[in-house]
Amino acid sequence: MQIHKYDTVIVGAGGAGMRAAIEATKRSRTAVLTKLYPTRSHTGAAQGGMAAALANVEEDNWEWHTFDTVKGGDYLVDQDAAEILAKEAIDAVLDLEKMGLPFNRTPEGNIDQRRFGGHTRSHGEAAVRRACYAADRTGHMILQTLYQNCVKEGVEFFNEFYVLDLLLNEVDGVKKTAGVVAYELATGEIHVFQAKAVIFASGGTGKFFKVTSNAHTLTGDGQAVAYRRGLPLEDMEFFQFHPTGIWRMGILLTEGARGEGGILRNKDGERFMEKYAPVMKDLASRDVVSRAIYTEIREGRGCGPEGDHVFLDLTHLPPEQLDAKLPDITEFARTYLGIEPYTDPIPIQPTAHYAMGGIPTNVMGEVLLDNTTVVPGLYAAGEVACVSVHGANRLGTNSLLDINVFGRRSGIAAAEYASANDYVELPEDPASVVEEMVESLRNSTGTERVTEIRKALQETMDANAMVFRTEATLKQAVSDIAELKERYKNVSVQDKGKRFNTDLLEAVELGNLLDLAEVLAVSALARKESRGGHYREDYPTRDDVNFMRHTMAYREVAADGTVNIRLDYKPVVQTRYQPMERKY
Amino acid sequence: MSTPTLEKSSGAPEAAQSSDDHLITLTMRVRRFNPEVSDEVTWVDYELRMDPKERVLDALHKIKWEIDGTLTFRRSCAHGICGSDAMRINGRNRLACKTLLKDINPEKPITVEPIKGLTVLKDLVVDMEPFFQAYRDVMPFLITKGNEPTRERKQSAEDRERFDDTTKCILCAACTTSCPVFWNDGQYFGPAAIVNAHRFIFDSRDEAGEQRLEILNDREGVWRCRTTFNCTDACPRGIEVTKAIQEVKRALLTRRF
Ligand SMILES: Cc1cc2nc3c(=O)[nH]c(=O)nc-3n(C[C@H](O)[C@H](O)[C@H](O)COP(=O)(O)OP(=O)(O)OC[C@H]3O[C@@H](n4cnc5c(N)ncnc54)[C@H](O)[C@@H]3O)c2cc1C
Ligand code: SF4
Ligand code: FES
Repeated sequence: MQIHKYDTVIVGAGGAGMRAAIEATKRSRTAVLTKLYPTRSHTGAAQGGMAAALANVEEDNWEWHTFDTVKGGDYLVDQDAAEILAKEAIDAVLDLEKMGLPFNRTPEGNIDQRRFGGHTRSHGEAAVRRACYAADRTGHMILQTLYQNCVKEGVEFFNEFYVLDLLLNEVDGVKKTAGVVAYELATGEIHVFQAKAVIFASGGTGKFFKVTSNAHTLTGDGQAVAYRRGLPLEDMEFFQFHPTGIWRMGILLTEGARGEGGILRNKDGERFMEKYAPVMKDLASRDVVSRAIYTEIREGRGCGPEGDHVFLDLTHLPPEQLDAKLPDITEFARTYLGIEPYTDPIPIQPTAHYAMGGIPTNVMGEVLLDNTTVVPGLYAAGEVACVSVHGANRLGTNSLLDINVFGRRSGIAAAEYASANDYVELPEDPASVVEEMVESLRNSTGTERVTEIRKALQETMDANAMVFRTEATLKQAVSDIAELKERYKNVSVQDKGKRFNTDLLEAVELGNLLDLAEVLAVSALARKESRGGHYREDYPTRDDVNFMRHTMAYREVAADGTVNIRLDYKPVVQTRYQPMERKY
Repeated sequence: MSTPTLEKSSGAPEAAQSSDDHLITLTMRVRRFNPEVSDEVTWVDYELRMDPKERVLDALHKIKWEIDGTLTFRRSCAHGICGSDAMRINGRNRLACKTLLKDINPEKPITVEPIKGLTVLKDLVVDMEPFFQAYRDVMPFLITKGNEPTRERKQSAEDRERFDDTTKCILCAACTTSCPVFWNDGQYFGPAAIVNAHRFIFDSRDEAGEQRLEILNDREGVWRCRTTFNCTDACPRGIEVTKAIQEVKRALLTRRF
């Protein structure tokens, strides 16, 4: 075991982690631990754009953006946070441009902007061009630009280091941050990083679903680590299902395709979104469109021999426009489906996409221990966190924004905290939890295989906790997960070595997914209403009287060792917008 | 390392299931190496039942998840965006996640081995550090002089288009590790680093073109390129790598860019 000492440790090198690192490195001695090489992070997969009311191509302002964010989130958004997001968006985009990001340009040479779902002029009057973009590879450009600037600033990376535990220690009755424990992929060695401040920026957790746009590595490690250390997880029942994933594969086709004029059609060629969202049509908010697609499918208007998908039609758009604005996604259709989007519609279905919930933080990125108390020295930003700017449903292009705004904020706040405070003593035997976990998996002679448990988990989640949920399906999910967790105790790996043991780490990641899936299902079961991405067929309307509140899920270990999830609730911060019915 | 040996694994699938018509039987021949266990390289055949529309990555996962968990490779996004899984498939550098089985003739054994020219650490995993070091050496970040503007820097759509091709790079190393010059001389910057220098040299906003050109004027720089076009063929992003290198050479001669 090795021990390292840094002022600030950042877990994750996606957009949020690297944006934080650029700030933290200037202000404190910083290490970034990442399980992937930074440029492999899933921020690079983001396509469509990053929202900011630059008003480069038409009238726009941050207040409209705030409203859209609050409404898009079905009023579960904390409005103070949404206001910060929308206001700081403008500088966030300009900062990236100054760092070198090659945005598409207007004829005047300014940053170009395009339409995206849920972003409107004058509180819903019509779609507005707010998404700044670089073709359909905006996330790629953000990730590359941030990495380039990390190289410039000399950010210190520990690549292929998996953080598997968070160290907290009590000082005068207050739980404070002491560091993290990481497993080095290349050697199997365990490292303790003592730190004054820690930022979790470890991304999403979509891999508990089968059809998902998320990478294999998005396994909610940060959320699971925090949760096991007794910290709450907020709003985990809110998961976004993006309407247009490639049929059966889940690979994302950006909403920008509809922003450019793409149309969804059922088997009769009907533009069905006109029925569900007369004003915004195909650009209504994502939960609305995903439900519309499944309604079409359920009512027998799906396409294909099994009627299990619908079409994204781009054939009426000029090929030059597709080449210039959507080159990557048209290539996905060609590569993976053998379809030519110039002439043929693309089969799509909703795909599990984005976790609105996560580790609760305030607007400085400080992690909350309960509804109000912060954990000194602990921060979270990006998809792992819940500020909450996305509420019950995130608007497209607001996440690339979130990672930049709150990545930057947490980077500054953490480094300032580290400069003003001393190290907290490491707890006794700091690596013990990780050592035990790794050794027991390595030495297990159990008969269960990771693949089978993971497959069963993904199947129950797709069947029971996706776009449409009921008490019965969620109970099914809860009991399936409980059974899988039992089986997991008996899991073993074939690779017993130390060197690049990805077999072992997949088992660890599965453990994380199981814990988080359970939190999702239990939180969803208790929320007897429909709001944003969480739709209960047995409670199809929003219930502001009983559920205008954030879920806070805690892992509790009873005296006899049994583990329970305790649900608590946190008020939503409302400033200027009163909840209204959400129509598009 | 000793001569590779051929082993047959017992990974044949159970009796074919009923609705398996679209599945085919194929052989994956994978180069295995784990110095923790043995210094010997072995080639192992795995017989699989797969849908030909699946990816090579799916076949590797099937081996890892159902036959031999010790098989080791990197991957993340599974759709050609993150650059994790460049490998030599039937003798050509490709991304495993962007190569469909049907496109590489599954009638014959499909060979899979690590990319060449970087040290193999285990199975298909190579040491990427020298590759990223060459990248960092070309100063891959925007350098400007003077005060920052308050709004964005202006750039015409044409100027933006000028370097569009080289912004697509995902640092997968397929190009660099397909280059015979790089195989013989690991000190050579390699195509990927030059591509990333090109991305800034031809960006109208950048003001350090001269410095970058000097770096590439080095004896391990662009002049070592012998224009074999392997890199262009290998690039999964369709970047015209050789053309980019040629443009950098021309800029060095004319000092115009
Ligand atoms: C296909 C796709 C398209 C999208 N398009 C858009 C879009 O157009 N606009 C938009 O706003 N949003 C979009 N999103 C959402 C947005 O891209 C993501 O939410 C955002 O990029 C997440 O960034 P992040 O920095 O939080 O996480 P990531 O970029 O996922 O980075 C996570 C980092 O954490 C590290 N990590 C994880 N676990 C550990 C561990 N245990 N130890 C150490 N390190 C760890 C990883 O190595 C990685 O570096 C899209 C998402 C997807 C999947
Ligand atoms: S130029 Fe192409 S092949 Fe080379 S590293 Fe970049 S993406 Fe990979
Ligand atoms: S797994 Fe990301 S490029 Fe292949």
